[in-house]
Amino acid sequence: MATPSTTNPYQGLLKGDNPFAQITDNVSRIMEAPKPPLAWYIALGFALMLLGIFGASLGYVVWEGIGAWGHIHPVAWGFPIVNFVFWVGIGHAGTLISAVLFLFRQNWRTAINRFAEAMTIFAVVCAAVFPGVHIGRPWLPYWMFPIPNQMGMWPQFRSPLEWDVFAVGTYATVSILFWYMGMIPDFATFRDRSVSTVRRFVYGLLAMGWRGSSRQWHRYERAYLLLAALATPLVLSVHSVVSFDFATSQLPGWHTTIFPPYFVAGAIFGGFAMVVVLAVPARQFFGLKKIITMKHLELMAKVILATGMIVGYAYAMEMFIAWYSGAMYEQFAFLNRAFGNFAWAYWTMIFCNVLSPQVFWFKKMRTNVWVIFVVGIIVNVGMWFERFVIICTSLTRDFLPANWGAFIPSPIDYATLAGSFGLFFTLFLLFCRYLPMVAMAEVKAFIPEGHIHDH
Amino acid sequence: MSDIPKAATPEAPAPLYGVLAEYDDPTTLARAARKVRDAGYTRWDTYTPFPIHGMDKAMGIRMTKLPWIVLVAALIGMTVGTVFQYWTNAVNYRWLVSGKPFWSWPANVPIIFETTILFSAFAALGGMLVLNNLPLPAHPLDLKERFRRVTDDKFFLFILVRDPKFDEKETRELLAATSPSVLDDVHEDRGSSDQVPKGLIYALLIAGAASLVPFALFAKARESKMSHGRIHVVWDMDFTPSYKPQSGNPLFDDQRGMRLPPAGSVPVDHLRVDDHLYQGKVGPAFASTLPPGIVADESTMKLGKAQFGIYCAPCHGQSGEGNGPINQRAETLKQGWVPPSNLHQQYLRDQPAGEIFRTITHGIRNMSGYASQIDPEERWAIVLYVRALQKSRTAQVSDLTDAERAQLK
Repeated sequence: MATPSTTNPYQGLLKGDNPFAQITDNVSRIMEAPKPPLAWYIALGFALMLLGIFGASLGYVVWEGIGAWGHIHPVAWGFPIVNFVFWVGIGHAGTLISAVLFLFRQNWRTAINRFAEAMTIFAVVCAAVFPGVHIGRPWLPYWMFPIPNQMGMWPQFRSPLEWDVFAVGTYATVSILFWYMGMIPDFATFRDRSVSTVRRFVYGLLAMGWRGSSRQWHRYERAYLLLAALATPLVLSVHSVVSFDFATSQLPGWHTTIFPPYFVAGAIFGGFAMVVVLAVPARQFFGLKKIITMKHLELMAKVILATGMIVGYAYAMEMFIAWYSGAMYEQFAFLNRAFGNFAWAYWTMIFCNVLSPQVFWFKKMRTNVWVIFVVGIIVNVGMWFERFVIICTSLTRDFLPANWGAFIPSPIDYATLAGSFGLFFTLFLLFCRYLPMVAMAEVKAFIPEGHIHDH
Repeated sequence: MSDIPKAATPEAPAPLYGVLAEYDDPTTLARAARKVRDAGYTRWDTYTPFPIHGMDKAMGIRMTKLPWIVLVAALIGMTVGTVFQYWTNAVNYRWLVSGKPFWSWPANVPIIFETTILFSAFAALGGMLVLNNLPLPAHPLDLKERFRRVTDDKFFLFILVRDPKFDEKETRELLAATSPSVLDDVHEDRGSSDQVPKGLIYALLIAGAASLVPFALFAKARESKMSHGRIHVVWDMDFTPSYKPQSGNPLFDDQRGMRLPPAGSVPVDHLRVDDHLYQGKVGPAFASTLPPGIVADESTMKLGKAQFGIYCAPCHGQSGEGNGPINQRAETLKQGWVPPSNLHQQYLRDQPAGEIFRTITHGIRNMSGYASQIDPEERWAIVLYVRALQKSRTAQVSDLTDAERAQLK
């Protein structure tokens, strides 16, 4: 209980004699309300429309073949892989907040970790769709898994693309376990407050008979610590492995050792930006301003500023190493990024990722929800463009000018990109309504009233 | 004890299960827990809405063995990841990748890492549930309406009758002295069972058995012969609507898939009516001159020299004496060899130009025809160059012009 009161965002916020009940009420009433706020319906309608576009455009791609997307030689990866890396990156903040900040005892994370974890899982779902279809014959994705078959063949485990299957698969599984385990006590709260039999049965099933015994809490906390300790190297490994897809190739602009840390920093950066984009409306419409406080948003703005600077450093270092290497192709690749065929995309990326977060040096900006929300969106745009720049500039201008080409996205490319947001927001909105959006037990343990005060 | 409101106890035929004390804040609960701990109770527990730091110590809970379970799982995961990759990629189905060794372990580390984490994570969650005796569908405490607030804002201490130190009077007095807000008896639950419902078990068993049916069908299919071909769910490119060369095609009278070109058709660039240019003949005899389109000038000579150097010199030699590097090599090997002709022999000097053209086009003896490699115009240029080579051995001073003769002096 060494938490100094100055760093506790709840100091003086939850007034009244029973702060625990206030937290429970604040979070549970979202699920218990007979009708969610109107904004929820509008948002869900919009998300479902985008989801419909996603389904239709992917159906068209599966039916017609992946040539319906705009990628063509030499850009065989195009939008699907840009989107894959983008969504996997988004999926990093959740586990980072849950695990890494937990290990660093950053207790303010309790207000946002639950929905950041949910965001992680939904982002990984969106990410998995793209390579799943991009493999060309989407009815054969099980070929990527080591399943005994009549051909007597096994996957090639030394390929970075196969590492991806295991890294993303493990990450999705462990994130779901972590998420579910965190929700068990909150499911029990929902169960115990339920008035309808159906709710009591469903949440009771999910809570698995949790009754809050201290002997159980002891093992639960130990398991949580262990999962956090396991998830921390895992979250660092996932985007490192994704970066190996590029870094282990020989293409100028991809073949760089800075990629793993650069990708991880970018993922945390983009993920946090997505968390604030979701947190700002969520706290507004569901009345969670007392739980997700301005202090939380300010801290996240600081994380965005810090990781944005790391990303900016990585961009500068790429340029420096290209010059310092003395390798002709490497030098050309980076000059071409900044001044070549996709220069507009490069400078969009620089503006969004390096310049826009600089406003967070000022406390006034860090504590203005509109600024935070808008910068969050800009950073997400920038992180999408970062992956676009890496994939498309490098592939269109490789070693031999004879092999150069152009890349023009097709309408289906835009439809699947927009549609993936539909899948993401649909899942997220359903989560907001039906699952505990804030880790009630963890927040209660963190407020000053939740501590033993006589030792 | 009188100042503590006592809950109304309904007529309970069921035996006493334990005594439950309710508190409003963690500090009071911790004080109570220390007292119960120090009194030597063992079968008791506290129930709280959230984990309270320091409660382990207040209750005297010993460190769980969960980390050891996770460690074992991690080691199993690591071993499985290593052995499985080794067996599949280096033993059972050897992947040859760019001539690397079949087992080049640094490239296998990422997947070993992932399996280690995966196994450990399942062990952490699964181990926690098993050690905590979860899922637990029913418990006597569930009968207490107020106990529902344990997941909201209330704190409880519960001592079981089974505890060896339990005494109805003493235990109640001990708890009453810890200033609980409510003190209550809990009776055994006879109405609901803490067992999983039988129906659910049967349903799970049936579902489990049903899930094995597809696998049983797979196993049967592997062992039995089929009278029909493979079932193609997705055709991919195994079947295309086009007719294959050797297959039948009912659309035509002759039922053939392969079509002959219409009689008299000539492929593009295959119209070769000029016998002089393409056959080297004028009428039945070989032509003694170049065809009308080929001009004996310096550029044709240069073209002929270049083509001769590429196609002819390897055998015939640069000067046409039949001693090119291939011939020299063949002579050294002594494996039987029809030597290329010396182009300066008299009978070759006497041959008409058209016959030399015929030889380049169709080949002779050991030499194969060059029609597919050298265009007719280029072949004529070679003929011109061969003629020049031959002339170079028999030229007289009188053949030169006056100016050239002047240069010789």
